[in-house]
Amino acid sequence: MASGILPETQTMSGLRPGRFGAYGGRYVPETLMAALEELEQAYIEAQEDSAFQAELSSLLKDFAGRPTPLYFAKRLSEELAGPNGGPKIYLKREDLLHTGAHKINNALGQGLLAKRMGKRRIIAETGAGQHGVATATTCALLGLECIVYMGEEDMRRQELNVLRMRLLGAEVRPVTSGSKTLKDAVSEALRDWVTNVRDTYYILGSALGPHPYPTMVRDFQRVIGLEIREQILAKEGRLPNAIIACVGGGSNAIGAFHPFLADKEVHLIGVEAGGRGKRLGDHAARFDGGLPGVLQGTYSYVLQDDDGQVALTHSVSAGLDYASVGPEHAMLHDLGRAEYTSANDIEALEAVVRLARIEGILPALESAHAIAECVRVAPKMGPHDILVVNLSGRGDKDMGILARELHLQGAQGE
Amino acid sequence: MALRFQQHPGLVAYLTAGDAGLSPGTPVATAGSHVPAHLVVTREIALAAIDAGADVIELGVPFSDPLADGPVIQRASERSLARGIRLRDVLALAKELRQARPNAGLVIFTYVNPVLRFGLKAFADAAAESGADGVLLTDMIVEEASEYIAEMNRVDLAPIFLAAPTSPEERLKAIAAHSKGFIYAISRTGVTGKRQELAADAAALVERIRRWSKLPVAVGFGISHADHVAEVGRFADAAVIGSAIVELIERSTEEQAPGVVARFIEGLRQLHPAQAL
Repeated sequence: MASGILPETQTMSGLRPGRFGAYGGRYVPETLMAALEELEQAYIEAQEDSAFQAELSSLLKDFAGRPTPLYFAKRLSEELAGPNGGPKIYLKREDLLHTGAHKINNALGQGLLAKRMGKRRIIAETGAGQHGVATATTCALLGLECIVYMGEEDMRRQELNVLRMRLLGAEVRPVTSGSKTLKDAVSEALRDWVTNVRDTYYILGSALGPHPYPTMVRDFQRVIGLEIREQILAKEGRLPNAIIACVGGGSNAIGAFHPFLADKEVHLIGVEAGGRGKRLGDHAARFDGGLPGVLQGTYSYVLQDDDGQVALTHSVSAGLDYASVGPEHAMLHDLGRAEYTSANDIEALEAVVRLARIEGILPALESAHAIAECVRVAPKMGPHDILVVNLSGRGDKDMGILARELHLQGAQGE
Repeated sequence: MALRFQQHPGLVAYLTAGDAGLSPGTPVATAGSHVPAHLVVTREIALAAIDAGADVIELGVPFSDPLADGPVIQRASERSLARGIRLRDVLALAKELRQARPNAGLVIFTYVNPVLRFGLKAFADAAAESGADGVLLTDMIVEEASEYIAEMNRVDLAPIFLAAPTSPEERLKAIAAHSKGFIYAISRTGVTGKRQELAADAAALVERIRRWSKLPVAVGFGISHADHVAEVGRFADAAVIGSAIVELIERSTEEQAPGVVARFIEGLRQLHPAQAL
């Protein structure tokens, strides 16, 4: 079968290539199949190539700023202590990475792979713009042409990132179909790829899409979890009781979770976007209302209606505003190995304010969903517990939304 | 009742079911029909297309995320979805077409997810019961298709797969092994949509497919006028016309659409004398 890409996955999921239990696979137009097979092969070779790995490690360290700190959030821990004494809360500071989010881990990995494959034209989709910025940055660094598809609605709400991408030399193409958000940007990127497949590399930004993307993106993001393990062992001499991460497509979460899958005592919590309500169309909580189905190349949980039409979604955070979820999360959900909860728009906004004021850290709206879950669970934990929250990105990009939603003008000092 | 091409080259006409174009016009009479009003227009267009010489009708079931389709069919899908057209409605339409034109070929054309939601087994039963001849799911590749193929075989429906210019030999071999009815050769890399020139890729692809299969080969993507059809006829068995028809429907009123499509299809086999070589 294809690939010793990841032995852990294969033992958990049986033998079909690119499958995570029942989920994953490849559901694409035939035209893309040769390219996906070529990509899988190139990825396997790159993994075994020490020169490739050394170049990636060097860029992650000197260009992107790895390792990122595992920061003990003392004041947050005190505030959330609750009746039981509360855990020590650590924040994995992916927000301190170059370009401001974990997305650069994957963009650098795939960018190097594209270069190795001799593909000079890069396309990408973006929701919040963080993957687009990371890809534009990588392309500037490696001298590659860069085209980023972005929903018109997302361009409006994440305008700062649009400007950053343009400054970095990327072309940002507005997507006007459907809900004009991440899902539509993925479709448009796939349409570009199917048209220009012979000379184009598609840097997909999350652990989504057809095989080998969910596995490959997960592998490029595993560095998050590997560092958490090393750092928490150095600081505390043991593994954490729980790790919390937000889940849009789920790349930061799977990167943080994956090195701990075999450590059953580590509770893994993924937080989806609860949006503005429970009705279909008002949220992006795929595990709370979605059903298994096929969207954009992979079999996973999908928010859909009775006819199999994919539902619209809503979240205050563009990066979580997606109707499906990475297939490995679907497997972890069914196995009960990870727990999936949701935080709504208001809880996320409150979490932004709380973290900003108590720790001096402005989280991305996406990452704020993980903070919101931390606010819920920490008071139930004891003083000997350790809780790690993956702070996947910083919130500068969200200032426009925050100013509007939090009425910041004239509200200082409240 | 079969996927047979009566003339050479054969013609396959794609229609997005439930898309009746932009202008509402006067509702077409629905007497005696069991399909929703918007599908009556599709029925009239399909009947006109068959009578004008289309051997096979592909009935497109709209999907919210048609990633293999260009802007024309995307727009048609959005219009059809906005009218509430569902897979079961399209199967009801197929049944009416089958009763009205027993000899025409009928293919249900959609994406994987609406079929999964309907239930693979239930869909196979319902599609067979409707009298359809085959099914084409644009995002279903042979490697993922074992359950789907088993269901199609159980009810004697033809699973039709796409072959692409980028497909290597071993993939073409697998596609040939699992296909029934005909093989749909994609003329060029890309999404659906009209093109001025027929890609040079197409002839080479058809030649490669013929090494592995004795099934008829239909060439689609980008075919929009008689020159293309004549050219396809030199190396393939049939031409598939999709976006060009859908665009005509988009520009017509509901009353005009059947006649407009019929004239267009008649014209596809009529070349100017100078081009008829």
